[in-house]
Amino acid sequence: MTNILEVKELKKNYGDFQAVKGVSFDIKEGEIFSLLGPNGAGKTTTISMLSTLYEPTSGDATVAGHSVKKNPMGVRNAIGVVPQDLALYEDLTAKENLIFWGQMYNLSGKSLASRVDEVLEQIGLTDKAKNKVKTFSGGMKRRVNIGVGLLHKPQLLFMDEPTVGIDPQSRRAILDTVKDLNKQGMTVLYTTHYMEEAEELSDRVGIIDHGELIAIGTQKELTKQVGETETLILHVGENEDPSALVSTLKGLPNVLDANVVNNQISVVTPSAKDVLASVVTKANERGIKIHSIDIREPNLEAVFLHLTGRALRD
Amino acid sequence: MLKLLLIGLKDLKIAFRDRAAIIFMLLTPFLLTIGMGLVTGRFSSNDNSGALNIPIVIVNLDNDSIGDALVEVFSSEELADLLETTTSQDAEAARLLVDEDEITAAIIIPAGFTQNIFSANASQSEEYQIEFYANPSRPTSAGIVKTILDGFMARVDEMRVGGITSVTQLIISGRISPEQANAVAKEMGTRFENNSTDFNETLITLKTSTNQTETNEVDMLAFIAPGMALMFLMYTVSYGGRSILAEKSGGTLTRLLVTPTNSMQILGGKVFGIFLTGAAQMFILVGATSLLFQLQWGNALGVILLVFAAVFGATGWGLLITAFARTPNQVGSVGSAVMLIFGILGGSFFQVQNLPAIAQMFSKITPNAWAMDGFTALAYGGNIASLTTPLLALLTMGIVLFLVSAFLFGRKNLVQK
Repeated sequence: MTNILEVKELKKNYGDFQAVKGVSFDIKEGEIFSLLGPNGAGKTTTISMLSTLYEPTSGDATVAGHSVKKNPMGVRNAIGVVPQDLALYEDLTAKENLIFWGQMYNLSGKSLASRVDEVLEQIGLTDKAKNKVKTFSGGMKRRVNIGVGLLHKPQLLFMDEPTVGIDPQSRRAILDTVKDLNKQGMTVLYTTHYMEEAEELSDRVGIIDHGELIAIGTQKELTKQVGETETLILHVGENEDPSALVSTLKGLPNVLDANVVNNQISVVTPSAKDVLASVVTKANERGIKIHSIDIREPNLEAVFLHLTGRALRD
Repeated sequence: MLKLLLIGLKDLKIAFRDRAAIIFMLLTPFLLTIGMGLVTGRFSSNDNSGALNIPIVIVNLDNDSIGDALVEVFSSEELADLLETTTSQDAEAARLLVDEDEITAAIIIPAGFTQNIFSANASQSEEYQIEFYANPSRPTSAGIVKTILDGFMARVDEMRVGGITSVTQLIISGRISPEQANAVAKEMGTRFENNSTDFNETLITLKTSTNQTETNEVDMLAFIAPGMALMFLMYTVSYGGRSILAEKSGGTLTRLLVTPTNSMQILGGKVFGIFLTGAAQMFILVGATSLLFQLQWGNALGVILLVFAAVFGATGWGLLITAFARTPNQVGSVGSAVMLIFGILGGSFFQVQNLPAIAQMFSKITPNAWAMDGFTALAYGGNIASLTTPLLALLTMGIVLFLVSAFLFGRKNLVQK
């Protein structure tokens, strides 16, 4: 597969502050690529440069063969952008919004009308097409916000944290929409600070922190960086004191580490099923009542923690 | 170009869906027009024009029955609240008072005017013309005086025609000799009460300093309605300016910038949207007052050109306010203040001529004052040629303000995130 996006040493400075410190990555046609990082990591700045909104301080990127520096209009024709914040005209109806934005993407006549109808169908708002956007719920507005980015069938869709601040049901609908779009062949660059979203959606993930791309690869490739471990999570009662148990667990064979945080004991092990019985036995011996047990495979949260020493949510 | 139009039309649609905006753009000026019309007696049967005390001088060189009657009419109790009439025998001194902006108009009745009114040999010579020497800087009050004078002269003309017809019949029937005709006509003229005639020739004419040969019924609403419309036009242009900053803070401007639309199309579209909204507002108000109050705005093409020019000039101010403001709310606050100040300076509440000299000077920077001049000229039957100065002033104002605003927008990087 060919690269639809090639980013080379892209930098953005604001005075002395370096918002993006020379990131480089590629996205292949048909991929969902997530940029995962905490707030302020440089995700939106990167997407803003790639969508030609900000001029890079140095470096360059090509989208469908068009340089963001030399041919921004070519880039704009090739991309769709779903901004983090809603960018709609609330006094216009959903359909009027789509028509207007379609016209801004050079659509007109029958092709515009049919695309508007298709997109309304795609975002599930055909029956609300004639309602003003200001009467919509947050989730419905988000769907229109996404629909605007799809109108001209872009070769590459930028989605900048599209699920921030919405209810779980709408979030689920948006994630499903992204997966459907990808199935139809659309390439997506998705930014998020939610590890679960990156894990669920992405073919590949780039982890960004403090303006630097600190890791890139498939989820499997990234989790290998923290080793082939699993984590047992023991949920105990509020009145229990598991600190003594933690010391005991650390001495068990095949237990690499054990910690306690908020009535949860986490036990890191190469094989959860091999240590499960002995962990439960030790807890019973100490008189600690276990409410439930989870087994977690290594995830991107662990990768981020491993790479930065901080949790993703910090 | 097409995108520029599309952005402008989108803004027009949004503006006319905003209830608060409609109240300010249309309902408020309309209701204020009605209110001021009621205050000035436009809608009352008594046609009380209110206490204006318009200063005029009548130079009665005729000193005969019609000249005296004219002085009597203009000094009557019925017109005491409207006119402040003084009489004189010095025509030059009266003209000088007009030239020095001391009075609104001088009415000069030539010597022998009455004597010649009923003469069978009357012709359209200077002797039969009453001179109406009007102050061009007080077009509104001069128009009121001229309307009263027109009414008086129409009545005199009726008398003259009736008298000539009667005297001619007396000569034909041999009851009087031709030599007695003048004396009889004069006698009849003073006793003439009422007559109706199909005689169309008008020998008694007015000579005015503004070269206006048509005599129009001047409606107070013709000053009130444009005054209110122009004042609230300033609201509309600042509303439009506010929408530029609202698009920036609301994210739609940023979104526009990542579509294949260049920044000049976007800014041009926003400006066009302000212009369209302002023009729509003005035309709706012109149409509504014409239909509901039978207000005659004057030459239709002139009204259209003047509306476009006024909106162009006002749009320039809307952009300048936007260029200096940081937030949409700032534009709203400053825009409201400018609307009121320009309304006062531009003649929406008081005649510009009644303002202090310095205020009159500053009125020239307002689109309201220039447009009011144009609408007043049209109300008096002026044509497009009479709009030359207001049109040029408004277009110049718009161009200068556009250029300054564009420079300021460039410095602010308005069309950059």
